[in-house]
Amino acid sequence: MSTTTERTEGTRENRGGLRALYAGNAGSVLSRGLLAARSSTWVVVVSGFFEPVFFLLAMGYGLGTFVGDITLDTGQQISYPAYIAPALLAVSAMNGAVYDSTWNVFFKMHFGKLYQAMMSTSLGPLDVALGEISYALLRGVLYAAGFLTVMQVMGLNQSWTAVLTLPAVLLIAFGFASLGMAITSYMSTFQQMDWINIVMLPMFLFSATFYPLTVYPVPLQWLIQAMPLWHAVELVRNLTIGALDSGTALHVGYFVAMAGLGVILTTRRLRALFLD
Amino acid sequence: MPEPVISATGLTKHYGDLVAVDGIDIEVAPGESFGLLGPNGAGKSTTMRMVGAVSTRTAGELRVLGLDPDTHGPEIRARLGVVPQEDNLDTELRVRDNLIVYGRYFGIPRAVCAQRADELLTFAQLEEKAKVKVDDLSGGMKRRLTIARALVNDPLVLMLDEPTTGLDPQARHVLWDRLFRLKERGTTLVLTTHYMDEAEQLCDRLVVVDHGRIMAEGSPAELIRQYSSREVVELRFGASRNESAAEQIAGLGDRIEILPDRVLVYAADGEAVLEQVSRLGLHPTTSLVRRSSLEDVFLRLTGRSLIE
Ligand SMILES: Nc1ncnc2c1ncn2[C@@H]1O[C@H](COP(=O)(O)OP(=O)(O)OP(=O)(O)O)[C@@H](O)[C@H]1O
Ligand SMILES: [Mg+2]
Repeated sequence: MSTTTERTEGTRENRGGLRALYAGNAGSVLSRGLLAARSSTWVVVVSGFFEPVFFLLAMGYGLGTFVGDITLDTGQQISYPAYIAPALLAVSAMNGAVYDSTWNVFFKMHFGKLYQAMMSTSLGPLDVALGEISYALLRGVLYAAGFLTVMQVMGLNQSWTAVLTLPAVLLIAFGFASLGMAITSYMSTFQQMDWINIVMLPMFLFSATFYPLTVYPVPLQWLIQAMPLWHAVELVRNLTIGALDSGTALHVGYFVAMAGLGVILTTRRLRALFLD
Repeated sequence: MPEPVISATGLTKHYGDLVAVDGIDIEVAPGESFGLLGPNGAGKSTTMRMVGAVSTRTAGELRVLGLDPDTHGPEIRARLGVVPQEDNLDTELRVRDNLIVYGRYFGIPRAVCAQRADELLTFAQLEEKAKVKVDDLSGGMKRRLTIARALVNDPLVLMLDEPTTGLDPQARHVLWDRLFRLKERGTTLVLTTHYMDEAEQLCDRLVVVDHGRIMAEGSPAELIRQYSSREVVELRFGASRNESAAEQIAGLGDRIEILPDRVLVYAADGEAVLEQVSRLGLHPTTSLVRRSSLEDVFLRLTGRSLIE
């Protein structure tokens, strides 16, 4: 090694730019996921669809009779089911997206050699990241679309802007799937994976899902407002009740940033693991 | 001279403190079939992975098809076929779908993939298994499927890391025949193997690697000529007596190698050595005169037997 010089970390990180990372063929990774899913159990998928419906019936219409109407910041009065339905929709988008981007990805990373095989073709890590994230978000979008239909049938959509919920949910599911996959790619044990559930449950309960944030002391409000689910809930609620404001743009921005961050981290991690 | 398909100078790979590949120089011409031979841990797979653009080099220069794997990974991989040492088939998909989906990763249109999949199933003699789950294949069948899969993108260069390990003798011969045909069609082959007969059959040229360095380079015949005698006498005296017998015959032939189960005497004329042995009053339980093979070259260069 007398004539060759050791290359520095810096040049390795930046080598090749986008060209070394991306072949523009994430679609093949997505369709592989769909083909593999054909053999998976549909019971799991179907049960995920009914979960928010049960919550809506039990909490919205059951518990809701004791709660009465809710008065929003805007002064608007809405029924309790119409208040929690958009939150449940956001939660089902989150759950669907997180399911496929965490446990499934964890197994593929540690017990299969799928990504290794993909990376020995002309695919780059960004193709694999985008393909797997797109596959993961589909379940979330599917659940949410189903639930949106239920909301429409039950008359819980208060405004034409509810139509925009579909693209919004796509963005939300993308954000959760991409961050979920990024986090998973750094996990190496089952115990660490359990932490994902430990974070998700309180997020589900406290993110203005069942009652307004104003019941909390201000510092706690800030904490919740830093969490992704709160932004998702507020974004969807804005759309289904037709109360768009500057906050709506902020929520969209939050998810754009989250999706971008997730994709970048996942790509870096896939490269580190499979193109060492 | 045509531009080499692979050219490496001072190619090096470190894993932490461990030096897996320690500055090797390689040049492979188009259409050539090139072998890497070496004991376990020599750095063969690591080298293959760097050439295959799935592992970054720590130092040195590397060009594959004229491109730098650091900056043109996807483009290089698009024109390579890779058979890794351990199968990495998609266990969630069926046999035929494995081929089609893998072809799609290269951006090949679905109809073309489907047609190639059928051809390759025939090539790998797996037509009957098309609809079977990968996990239900035997080890040898999985290997054949992995090799078939590596051909789905019609690669210019086929990289085979111990392609026939785990195959039965008949399947090995079938595979050699297939590789030979690919070679005739102009595909460049790069392979690692522990089987000397495989290297002698398939490789135009090979390097012997040990501890991440190249110990010798040449065609199988050249290497045998350079590092071994024409013939080898294998003598077995029984495990306990090999050592003492070896002392008595020291000086016979060009060189003596003592292995746990036998003593090898390297000489131009094997029969003459055998006569001398019996004139010394030694009576091996079995004796055999054979031509030198790459196995002997390997033993000479690394002090180790290839198959441990
Ligand atoms: N990902 C890795 N991380 C750390 N060390 C590694 C890694 N891959 C290989 N090594 C080390 O590098 C050295 C060379 O390994 P390599 O797999 O290239 O050997 P090989 O010649 O292919 O051996 P075999 O004949 O057993 O397949 C070994 O000491 C191995 O432990
Ligand atoms: Mg190896």
